[in-house]
Amino acid sequence: MWERDIAFWVIALAMMAAALGVVRSRNVVHAALFLVVVLAGAAAIYILLVAEFVAWVQVLIYIGAVVILFLFGIMLTRAPMGTEEGKLDNDQRWAAGVVALFVLGVLIALLVDAFGGTDIKFTNALVEQGRTRTVSNSLFRDFLVPFEVVSMLLLAALVGAVVLARRD
Amino acid sequence: MDLNAFLILAAVLFCIGIYGVLARRNGVLVLMSVELMLNAVNINLIAFSAYVQDVSGQVFALFVITIAAAEVGVGLAIVMLIYRNLRSPDLDKIDQLKG
Amino acid sequence: MLDYAWIIPALPAVSFFVIMFFGKRAPKHGAEIGIAAVGASFLLSCVAVVEWINRVEDATGGESHGLVALGKSIFAAGGAEHGVAPVVHTLTWWTSGGTEFGVGTTVDGLTVMMMFVVTLISLLVQIYSTAYMHDDRRYTWFFACLSLFTASMLTLVVSENLLQLLVGWELVGLCSFMLIGHWWEDRANSRAAIKAFLTTRVGDIGLMIGVIIMFFAAGTFSIVGINEYALGGEAQHSLLMFGALCLFIGIIGKSGQFPLHTWLPDAMAGPTPVSALIHAATMVVAGVYLGARVYPVLYEGFNIHDGGANFMAIIGGVTILIGALLAFVQRDIKRVLAYSTISQLGYMVMALGVGAWTAAVFHLFTHAFFKALLFLGAGSVSHSGSHHSFDMKSDMGGLRKHMPVTFATFMIGSLALAGIFPLAGFWSKDEILATAGESGFDAFVVVGLIGAVLTAAYMTRCVYLTFFGEYRGHGHPHESPRAITVPLIILSVFSVLAGFANAVPLGIHKFTEWFEPTFAFPHLVHAEFDYSLAIISVAIALVGIGIAASLWFRKEELGPFAGLTKRNALAGRGYTFLENKYYLDFLYENVIVDGIRGGVARAYYWFDQNVIDAVVKGVGRGAARAGRFAYDALDQRVVDGSINAIAAGTGEAGGAVRTVQSGRVQRYALLLFASVGVMALAVFLANVD
Repeated sequence: MWERDIAFWVIALAMMAAALGVVRSRNVVHAALFLVVVLAGAAAIYILLVAEFVAWVQVLIYIGAVVILFLFGIMLTRAPMGTEEGKLDNDQRWAAGVVALFVLGVLIALLVDAFGGTDIKFTNALVEQGRTRTVSNSLFRDFLVPFEVVSMLLLAALVGAVVLARRD
Repeated sequence: MDLNAFLILAAVLFCIGIYGVLARRNGVLVLMSVELMLNAVNINLIAFSAYVQDVSGQVFALFVITIAAAEVGVGLAIVMLIYRNLRSPDLDKIDQLKG
Repeated sequence: MLDYAWIIPALPAVSFFVIMFFGKRAPKHGAEIGIAAVGASFLLSCVAVVEWINRVEDATGGESHGLVALGKSIFAAGGAEHGVAPVVHTLTWWTSGGTEFGVGTTVDGLTVMMMFVVTLISLLVQIYSTAYMHDDRRYTWFFACLSLFTASMLTLVVSENLLQLLVGWELVGLCSFMLIGHWWEDRANSRAAIKAFLTTRVGDIGLMIGVIIMFFAAGTFSIVGINEYALGGEAQHSLLMFGALCLFIGIIGKSGQFPLHTWLPDAMAGPTPVSALIHAATMVVAGVYLGARVYPVLYEGFNIHDGGANFMAIIGGVTILIGALLAFVQRDIKRVLAYSTISQLGYMVMALGVGAWTAAVFHLFTHAFFKALLFLGAGSVSHSGSHHSFDMKSDMGGLRKHMPVTFATFMIGSLALAGIFPLAGFWSKDEILATAGESGFDAFVVVGLIGAVLTAAYMTRCVYLTFFGEYRGHGHPHESPRAITVPLIILSVFSVLAGFANAVPLGIHKFTEWFEPTFAFPHLVHAEFDYSLAIISVAIALVGIGIAASLWFRKEELGPFAGLTKRNALAGRGYTFLENKYYLDFLYENVIVDGIRGGVARAYYWFDQNVIDAVVKGVGRGAARAGRFAYDALDQRVVDGSINAIAAGTGEAGGAVRTVQSGRVQRYALLLFASVGVMALAVFLANVD
């Protein structure tokens, strides 16, 4: 199944490049647009892994709502749109880079040690599992209560955001 | 297909997210980096869901997406508040806890 | 009725919505709807009591209802001779991950007793409120809240499982919050409401954890199931102990036990009928009710059968004494009664702690009547005698001539509270003391007797300041209208007669027979009537009254003790200590809240400056001194150099550590991720082959 491999590597490289763009871009709006690429890439990865429903939710919620929220946030805080070096980063970026690389090294060592050589088998059962019907059965049967709790959490977040952001 | 390919992709995204959270000065950009980390977690969940052939991982990914939306809402409200009080969205201006 | 117990809480719940939506348009602005619903609930509760008594008298246990059959088989394995199983009905509320969460009713003696008390007092309080709250601007809303409160309390009482009980528990807390803050325009009232809500919330966290522990221990939320598990002998003791401890923290919060009692006196900011209903007769005893409901857990968890001092009895005993002492220094009549309530709740908790289940529940039963009577009496005084003031010293006095009915009923309530034969308080308090003595808790008998003296004395002071001497107010005192006096008279009849439900020396054990569970319940000691103890406790109460009377009646002020607080420094300090309520509020508000608000950072800074710097300097200085000591003996250069290096190194390390406290969140996050990485690496290297 070399098509799948090629698709994966194309998507993965694009995602990593875009992610670097998010954290290195000198323009806040560009960073948000790079984020769109990463999020879309993640959706494509989900489709590769036969999780269609999650992929579409990812597109709708993340790209449709969250990125728009970010753009509003950028607009309302009048973030500097200029391109001066270092304006958007603080003075600990070298230390941050070291820590990030260190954590990455540890993680990769752990993953290679734990899951080296394990394969995902793309069977018919997996395709069946990706269907929205299966997901919704699981969501509304086994996870009904967490689902309700999450809806309460969303309500609380809504109220909290309104309380925080209103002027008084 | 190799499971580790997905996991290492997720690890890379996660660490780029860490870098962003630590190195970005602007609150909005820090929140974007947090989104990168959350997405890395989601990729892990979906990959494991496919690996163990259990749909629970996908349901959890849905929960993570929902909670990420709530997090962005509250997070941006906090950034707005910081901006309103300090006239700047920069996080390193907040150092009232300095020892 | 036992099978349809859900109707009893449902009626006031419906009435809440009806009043809320249609109350303003009703001819009496909603009051009649609330009274009708609670009245119907009261009648149904009476039916339930009669049916339960018949069921016990039949003693065959009646036919099995649904789940009871299951309970019976376990019960038979328990090996008791006979037992009347509670009537249990459940529906599945929801299912999650294979666990079913039910909702339903458990009806047994304790339940029907509580339903009777709650509905009766709710009914009387609502009738009373029609006069007391007459011109209130939120009259309709007040009645809606009262209905909601009654519904929630009844839900709590009949609930089949702990989760449902928790729902009722939180709802009564909410109603309490709304009703304390009924006159929220006054800032003090809304602050009192928030304080009550938050303080009980501290206890609720404990309760919630306790419920979760018991669920994972017993595998069910069902109260009967948990009780059977606790008594089954297979339970892990430490688990039961932690479960019991967490549940008990909930009891401490709700029932105003030391050290979370501080909200209850402030709760008196609410209207007086609310104080009578919620903060004296029903909601505050919810904690005691919970203790009685899951008694097997507490009994096994705290090892009550061993006869040693346990946490529960000690908390109860401490609460009796501090509540009673604080009642002496209050000027506000409602606050005297509030502290008295705290003290009496202490009796109930102590009784549970010494294994006197029946005595505790019996005291709950009698206390509800006479304390509601006292609160309503105080309300009557302020309504008609003192221009809506509750200050005994400046606005009352000499009211016995003007308000004969209020005076007579208030006297009955006070004597019942003081435990004078043959009023209700005597029988229940005496049963607590007798059982405590019988089970070998002698220290707690002494505490109870001291509490009895103090109770008699502070009530004498209160009665004197209110009804005797000269009138000090500025109004025209007159007797209250009939809507106020009739409930007072009914309650005083109960205060006289309720005690005879369990008058042991007269051969009446009806309360024990009818209401003590015989199913999934530990075998408890039932004390014989102890004549000497009874005589001592009445005598001691009379002595208390006598001392207080001689102090307040003979001289206008404290008699020989007049000005004692000014003359004697120790007495003065004691008085200040009491006036400041043992500084507990100060501790909570100033030390803990402010400490968390800004103090932790400052404390760390102080620690940094004084401790770490001192250690650094100390190490440096000590090292330097050691160096000087070695100056003669060892090679000066090598030693001196190295020691200086150490001192300077530690000093620099201290300085370097200080810069970590930059106050910048991203710096902390950097350290967090770095240390997580290091830890992950360490774990990985330790486990790699």
